[in-house]
Amino acid sequence: MDLIPKLFAKNELIIAFLVVGLIMFISVLVSKHLLRNRIPGAAVAITMGLILAYFGGKKGIADMPLFAGMAFLGGSMMRDFSIVSTAMGASLSEIKKTGWVGILSLFIGIAVAFFLGGSIGYFMGYTDIKSVATIGAGACTFIVGPVTGAALGASSDIIAISIAIGVIKTVVVTILTPLIAKRIGLDNPQTAMIYGGLIGTTSGVAAGLAATDPKLVPYGALTATFYTGLACMLCPSLCYFILSLFI
Amino acid sequence: MKIYGVAVLSACFIAGQLIGEALGILFHFDGNIGGVGFGMLLLIVLGDWIKKKKWLDAEAETGIHFWSGMYIPVVIAMSATQNVKAALSGGWVALVVGVFATLLCFLLIPLLSKLQKKTDSSL
Repeated sequence: MDLIPKLFAKNELIIAFLVVGLIMFISVLVSKHLLRNRIPGAAVAITMGLILAYFGGKKGIADMPLFAGMAFLGGSMMRDFSIVSTAMGASLSEIKKTGWVGILSLFIGIAVAFFLGGSIGYFMGYTDIKSVATIGAGACTFIVGPVTGAALGASSDIIAISIAIGVIKTVVVTILTPLIAKRIGLDNPQTAMIYGGLIGTTSGVAAGLAATDPKLVPYGALTATFYTGLACMLCPSLCYFILSLFI
Repeated sequence: MKIYGVAVLSACFIAGQLIGEALGILFHFDGNIGGVGFGMLLLIVLGDWIKKKKWLDAEAETGIHFWSGMYIPVVIAMSATQNVKAALSGGWVALVVGVFATLLCFLLIPLLSKLQKKTDSSL
């Protein structure tokens, strides 16, 4: 009787290929017939992935033994490897065109997320400086939050909130990007690089651009991958110092 | 041979990770700073150079294209393995901060891209 679960467990990565293929197939049908192509199939598939993740646990759907391979296929090694591969065909001259505004977008993106996120946290009742900084850092990405919280010695429930903020940011970015791409002029490599620098959450940026226009993925991902590292350095140091002048 | 393309991609990836880790040590940060970004830059430069020298044929290049085609499926698997439940159970603070901080960043995109176009045309 346990033949099927055993077979699934033995071949978890292959099962993951099959599952993602099925999700994509259903999503393309939904996009074509129910949404009249207004939302691209990839966006539907990514949203469907998020909904499926809700029924799982800490590692989303991968917490169910049948779908354990999804954690490997969607893990950081495969994600980073396939992101790097998209760079083949990206043009160096397009990247040079963005120039220093691309770097500026990184600093502005981090500052806005940190101070706006922290202020909202402050006005919602988290008034001690460590909590404000951790919440602000969480508004950068779900990695920056816990790194900053740990560095400053924030409590674990605040760290959990900061992770939640980062994950919500990823979800919002993933769903919103393809919907408002046209309105914010996100249709060229330069804007994609600025977008990657301002938003910063690599998974959200990558997923959002994939659903908008796969050609833009390498440009957005390029700046976004510098965001988390830079934010992890700035949030517990310079940003925290500036915050201490106000609180 | 397809594997040549995949090997070039792997070499760029690992070299990028190495640079990222080295920067992390340099700045006393426990982790990787922009490793993926450096890997991408390497592939852009190296890929272009190899193509010009004709060291890789079209078939080798399909080895790299396969992986960029797997990119969206990987992202789908990634979103299916996020801790969505925790994100939704983080309470109102998490939701309000997550949504508003993100929205403001979105609003800044057109502003910065205008700035970029201005500096571009002034050059």
